Amino acid sequence: MRFDLALVASRLPEIFHALGITLVVWIASLIASGIFGFFVAVGRRFGPRWLDYSLGAYVELFRGTPFLIQLFLLYFGGPYVGLSLNAIPAGILGLSIYGAAYFSEIFRTGFEAVPRGHVEAGECVGMNRPQIVLRILLPEMTMLVLPASVNMSIILLKETAVMSVITVPELTLTISAIGTEFYAFVESLFLLALFYWSLVEICGWLGRVGESRLSRYRFAQS
Amino acid sequence: MTFTLFGLLLEAAIYTVVISGISIVVGFVIGMGVAAARLSTHKWLAIPARVFVSFFRGVPLLVQLLLIYNLLPAIGVNVPSVVAAVVGLSLCTAAYQAENLRGGFASVPRGMLEAADMVGLSRFQQLVRIRAPIAFRLTLPALINEAILILKASSLVSVVGVVELTRMAQDLDTSLYKPLQLYSAAGLLYFVINRAVAAAGKYAERRMAWGRA
Repeated sequence: MRFDLALVASRLPEIFHALGITLVVWIASLIASGIFGFFVAVGRRFGPRWLDYSLGAYVELFRGTPFLIQLFLLYFGGPYVGLSLNAIPAGILGLSIYGAAYFSEIFRTGFEAVPRGHVEAGECVGMNRPQIVLRILLPEMTMLVLPASVNMSIILLKETAVMSVITVPELTLTISAIGTEFYAFVESLFLLALFYWSLVEICGWLGRVGESRLSRYRFAQS
Repeated sequence: MTFTLFGLLLEAAIYTVVISGISIVVGFVIGMGVAAARLSTHKWLAIPARVFVSFFRGVPLLVQLLLIYNLLPAIGVNVPSVVAAVVGLSLCTAAYQAENLRGGFASVPRGMLEAADMVGLSRFQQLVRIRAPIAFRLTLPALINEAILILKASSLVSVVGVVELTRMAQDLDTSLYKPLQLYSAAGLLYFVINRAVAAAGKYAERRMAWGRA
């Protein structure tokens, strides 16, 4: 087996463009799933019972099926119900819906971990629901949900590779195409693995730094 | 969705279960070894184990599968794609299971090991009779969780040409153009399988719950 990275190095601009697409689809999906997941968690906690049940069904269904199947359903099945999306928007939308199901569970456990007394104290001083969510639940649970959220962002970063199957021109698709072109599968795939490995390690490190920074806001356990 | 079509998907779902099942078991065995190496005080065991765990948890499974699928023939190992898929899934889950097991072994109460020392159990007896059973019981929920993750992740082996549930739905869709029905049915099958695994896990947890440390 020959191992020649110089072959692949000649295509660096293309690779960096693909890296950009990976980062964009990842961050877009991360933000969307964080926000959407938060609203799902709030809806389940404060909404009427039917809302809790239907959101619960959504969460269970999307956590219980593979992301690839969900993506196929959206990208290939979507046009049959009037939802024709290009690969990149379909990838972002799919990953956001998938990620939101997990994020809502992270936020839900976060809400539950905030001591009841703090919420009751808020009610006593006359705060309304949005105020309780924004001023008590959200700040107090940020520290609690941070490790799980960092973990989930890493999972989402890795899931972006699956988008290559529906032809999103991100790292995996681009680098394997280059590998096919040069007939240098192994070296290009090693390079690809190295890209993801470093991204994940950087992300994990940032998460740890953020955690130690935020830990000073941790409330005293009652 | 006709009955025959659903039958084909159901048959493919059996492949999914078999592939995932083998990978979980192989991954558990490898994971045991990796966890032992990581807990070892020997530098030459602990560091490679750490790199192994970091690599297989830091690289997307799809990339691992493509890498193994292309690497094996390149180093002269010609195996069917299903073997490459099982190797990939096993190595990936081994890294996660090693971390779970490490946590399990680390949380075996010290008092139990001291008690074992008192009654004169050897190191090996302590491992077999006390540390391993307790660690297994502690990590069972994580193992069930991992089994469900692998069942879902096994859909990715469709990309290297293994005909399991996802690939069957895909192949049928290419000739029938019924993506909504086919992928919904496939998704439903994954969901039912996962539910069954979760229920079995809950049952096993209850059975093993006696005398919990």
